[in-house]
Amino acid sequence: MSASHSAQDMQQTLLKQARWKWPEILFWLALASLYVLFPSKLSLLSEILILALLALSIDLVLGFAGIVTLGQGAFFGLGAYTAALMGKWGMGTAPLSDPLIGLIGAALVSGLVGFATSFLVLRGSDLTRLMVTLGVALMIEELANKLKWLTGGSDGLQGVLIAPILGNWDFDIFGKVSFVYCYVVVFVMFVIARQFMHAPFGLSLLAIKGNPLRARAIGLPVNERLVMVYTIAAMMAGVAGALLAQTTQFASLDMVAFHRSADALLILIFGGAGYLYGGFVGAFVFRVMQDVLGNITPQYWQFWLGIVLLLLVLFIRGGLLGLLRHLRDRYAPNLMGPPSSSRES
Amino acid sequence: MLTILFDGLAYGMLLFILAVGLCVTLGLMNFINLAHGAFAMAGGYVTALLMNRLGVSFYLCLPAAFLVCALIGVVLERTLYVRLYEKTHLEQVLFSIGLIFVAMASVDYFMGANPQNVILPAGLQGRIDLLGASVGIYRLFVIVICGLLAMGLQYALIHTRFGARLRAAVDDGRVARGMGIDVARIFTITFAIGSGLAGLGGALGTGILSIDPAFPLKYMILFLVVISVGGTSTITGPFFASILLGVADVTGKYFIPSIGGFIIYTIMVVVLILRPQGLFVRGGSK
Repeated sequence: MSASHSAQDMQQTLLKQARWKWPEILFWLALASLYVLFPSKLSLLSEILILALLALSIDLVLGFAGIVTLGQGAFFGLGAYTAALMGKWGMGTAPLSDPLIGLIGAALVSGLVGFATSFLVLRGSDLTRLMVTLGVALMIEELANKLKWLTGGSDGLQGVLIAPILGNWDFDIFGKVSFVYCYVVVFVMFVIARQFMHAPFGLSLLAIKGNPLRARAIGLPVNERLVMVYTIAAMMAGVAGALLAQTTQFASLDMVAFHRSADALLILIFGGAGYLYGGFVGAFVFRVMQDVLGNITPQYWQFWLGIVLLLLVLFIRGGLLGLLRHLRDRYAPNLMGPPSSSRES
Repeated sequence: MLTILFDGLAYGMLLFILAVGLCVTLGLMNFINLAHGAFAMAGGYVTALLMNRLGVSFYLCLPAAFLVCALIGVVLERTLYVRLYEKTHLEQVLFSIGLIFVAMASVDYFMGANPQNVILPAGLQGRIDLLGASVGIYRLFVIVICGLLAMGLQYALIHTRFGARLRAAVDDGRVARGMGIDVARIFTITFAIGSGLAGLGGALGTGILSIDPAFPLKYMILFLVVISVGGTSTITGPFFASILLGVADVTGKYFIPSIGGFIIYTIMVVVLILRPQGLFVRGGSK
């Protein structure tokens, strides 16, 4: 078998993997149909989409590149503040207050900070990375708290005005426009992430996750790849933050707080890391659970969250999607194409 | 100035007692137990309950807090933690965050969200002059107790048979096991002592730290800083790291209150960049 032949085979396999499969299309259609099915829950649904996007950004660094991070919430907050400030300074008129330009601004700021701090996560073990990302996030949170003249400190940033989308659709109080806006933006970000991860770029990340030393030995630029994926993920988290700030017309310390990072990580682990869809599944279950349990015992939702976490670690590896895949491999191996994949950690 | 230094020293000593168990267990089993702060919180609550409800003397509460937390530590270690040693760091982190959540919510449920107040015995109130500085007796008490404990731990680690085994297990668990050392048992004992010390720290610190349901999360970060600066293979490393951080934090907050918690986070990130293994680590190990 000649070298070019096997390269072609490889290309075919990759393209086949990258093709959209029917469960995926169904998933996005189902998501869109929620707009009609639950018109009274639209703001909750928008929030779920935003959480899912944040979890997706963690999936890129954790599920694919294998970097444990507890600081993704910082980029989320940076994006939120950037978009909110742009809206405030633009006084509700384009160009500064334009939502799309706000998204781009947020992505740029978060990406820049992500790029600058990415060099810190290149070295050290899981524990070091955990603490460095946590430390950076805490510093940014403290900064947002102390720069009162810019961020409004603990009172939050008010007076955020957002211009109509594309100069045409204004945000309404029922959250209809917000939902459609979030849906479209999240979908676009998802397609970008999917494209990246099915490209050789994504495969090289998996290789690095599997064994950094060998990856380096076969000539992969390990550090460059990690810097790149960390920056992309930071931009995505920034976009998610900007979405939240724009749809609620508000930014507060809550958006940079540590619990954002922790929640998002939990959501991802809950849904399953390394599948791209884990964040979506996790965000749904998480928010619905929070809604239901929160109604029964508003204060002690944290308790149940803790219990779920304990059970998850002890009994279910790979989250809900991992469980599904496991069941599928076991009982219906021929359904939905061949089982197995290198995604297992 | 001396007074501030002294307060910083007391704070740092307290931090050491709180965090030392975490450092040793991390070094020994390579296990990240973020829920360590929950033990300290338990110690604080044991003290508050015993003193306020039953009228037990503060001095008796300290050993009681130690024993209760050590006991909780053993039970949890044998039933839950033992399943986690083989899992990845991420799973350990998630598990211990789950434990923190459960602990926080339970305490909130049974004790309410307000900080617990403890009235210190009369003998520990007031200030005395020491080397020209006015020093709180309670802080002096904290420093003396923690100093004695630190010396005791160091002695036990260096000069006893158990200490030698512990050091062997930390340096290379597999070889130690091969030499016939029961590493799992050593770990259980160490875990119990570490949890007990955290409880004792929580009890001692009732006058300095605020004991409330948010305690484990609030101090988790400080513990992590101590570990990252001090390393995990010795007791002296975390000791000096705690004192450095305690003094830096207290003086920083006193002289430049506007930057608040910034100082310790900066120290942590800088140290992690320059010396990923910790500031006071003798080169090479691990």
